[in-house]
Amino acid sequence: MAERPAADTAASGRTSRDRSPANWLLLVPILLVIWPPLFNKISPTLFGIPFFYWYQLAVIPIGVICTTIVYRATTRRGGRS
Amino acid sequence: MSAHTVEIVIFVVLFVFVSGLGFVAARWRRAESMEHLDEWGLGGRNFGSWVTWFLVGGDLYTAYTFVAVPALMFGAGAAGYFALPYTIIVYPIVFLVLIRLWSVSHVHGYVTPADFVRGRFGSSTMALLVAITGIVATMPYIALQLIGIEAVLKTMGVTGNWPIIIAFVVLAAYTYNSGLRAPALIAFVKDALIYLVIIVAVLYIPAKLGGWSSIFSAADAKFTKSPNPGDGILLGPNGQLQYATLALGSALALFLYPHSVTGVLAARDRGTIKRNMAGLPAYSFLLGLLALLGYMAIRAGVKPITTGGKPDGNTIVPLLFDQMFPSWFAGIAFAAIAIGALVPAAIMSIAAANLWTRNVYKEYIKPDATPAQEAQMSKLASLVVKLGALLAILVIDPQFSIDLQLIGGVIILQTLPSVGLGLLSSWFHRGGLIAGWIAGMIVGFWTLWVTPAVTYTAAGKPPTVTKDHFGGSGFALSKLGLDTKMTIYAGFVAIVVNVLVAIVATLILRAAHVEDGVDETRVDEYVADRDDARVHDLPSGEGEVAPVGST
Repeated sequence: MAERPAADTAASGRTSRDRSPANWLLLVPILLVIWPPLFNKISPTLFGIPFFYWYQLAVIPIGVICTTIVYRATTRRGGRS
Repeated sequence: MSAHTVEIVIFVVLFVFVSGLGFVAARWRRAESMEHLDEWGLGGRNFGSWVTWFLVGGDLYTAYTFVAVPALMFGAGAAGYFALPYTIIVYPIVFLVLIRLWSVSHVHGYVTPADFVRGRFGSSTMALLVAITGIVATMPYIALQLIGIEAVLKTMGVTGNWPIIIAFVVLAAYTYNSGLRAPALIAFVKDALIYLVIIVAVLYIPAKLGGWSSIFSAADAKFTKSPNPGDGILLGPNGQLQYATLALGSALALFLYPHSVTGVLAARDRGTIKRNMAGLPAYSFLLGLLALLGYMAIRAGVKPITTGGKPDGNTIVPLLFDQMFPSWFAGIAFAAIAIGALVPAAIMSIAAANLWTRNVYKEYIKPDATPAQEAQMSKLASLVVKLGALLAILVIDPQFSIDLQLIGGVIILQTLPSVGLGLLSSWFHRGGLIAGWIAGMIVGFWTLWVTPAVTYTAAGKPPTVTKDHFGGSGFALSKLGLDTKMTIYAGFVAIVVNVLVAIVATLILRAAHVEDGVDETRVDEYVADRDDARVHDLPSGEGEVAPVGST
């Protein structure tokens, strides 16, 4: 099994970062849209747009914020990757 | 005809410009040799954040999406908005799961999801099933892109098959010539045009139509008047489970489609993919706004063009543009939709061709194929795939492709245990995966088969069945003996059965000590990044696998 060179420290270090608890944040946007009774209503409207529509649009920036936080938490500081 | 002259001229000019780009793309970030699948089929595996953003965006948000999602909103209301949560759900999944495919593929030189399954579970049978599923699911998707172009041409008053044949011949020629670099370069133009058109559309059209409230009241009035109890600007009580499962199932299916995998594997490193998962939702926002064009069309009183007695809902967006915009801008909008068809069609045909070459041709027909022969075979296969899609639209009823696309989403979902869960764990027995796949396929086909398409003629009366089979993705739970009118996404039922069968069969096979496949991957390979020495360890032994991006 182990005839390949052992993982270098950088790679194994990244393993732990990949398992960062910050990953749980990625569940936030999914949970916000997976339960329609939560947002299946007309009011409050925004610029005449019913809640159902603008709520789901509003989850997009929330998702972006969560993903960005997880990205920063799971990536080496200063490195480009 | 003359009323559309300006539109047609602008459309043709942009189309010709983009086709030129497609050919020039072969010289872009040129590799020493295109005679390798990593070059032709994955663009050198070296695309940075911006290119990946345009490529994957161009890949996932297709021309068919642009015409079909608003058409669905136009016809059914809120249920059509599932496309938004669907694209919200997909990115976290990619962030956590598909990125592992990037790493392990770069260590082992995998080009397709089926390559991965073969290595992970030591099963060339399961790999073949994944490859066939991928090819079958992708082909109707390519055909549907033609429907997007057709809707635009119809609106401009251009009829006949020749324009579509010419468009596809051009597409086939530059894909053959430039590989994945062609759609990557064209995607820049496509997305710039699409963003321009949608942003102008959502600012300009509502202002002209008296604001958002008047648009939503018009939609509400239409659905209240319609005898169908399922439509409306909110979801009906029986449609909510369908909405959620369709969004979730479609998201899982999307990341299993071979063309999404191709887009992700072409990225330079893990950071590129992660940054993109934060950046790609910009397209979701666009899609969420674009879907509302369906309601604007209701407010504007758009009547879909009828062909052969049947109204073609896909023409409502082009018609809305035609009606609302000055003709020069309508021309740009039409070109944006048509070019929007070319990018995904090219990537899909490349992905399907790679599956054929790696998992059928090299596995079963010519095991000693050199990298150059593999690349050549893939180029030819991409031509065949596109020709098949073209014939499916021109010779067979386009409805056939729409049905197949519906089935395609359900069947590609059946590769979730082997590809998706396989990236997280090697627990499944290869025999269990095969059993699960078979069970999922049977259930998937059955649920779609027993789902009729219906129309409501009068309120309170039972609907008339317009089509007995493959009438939609909403499977009635009452068919399972449950006392409810709720529907659920057919693919969701199938994948639940698939996973359960795979688990039970794995336990049985383990208990019976049936020999399992050998996993050639290691835990740490799923997190390897570009600076990892093993990542360039591609198995071909050819000189050109050295980092091509440095040239």
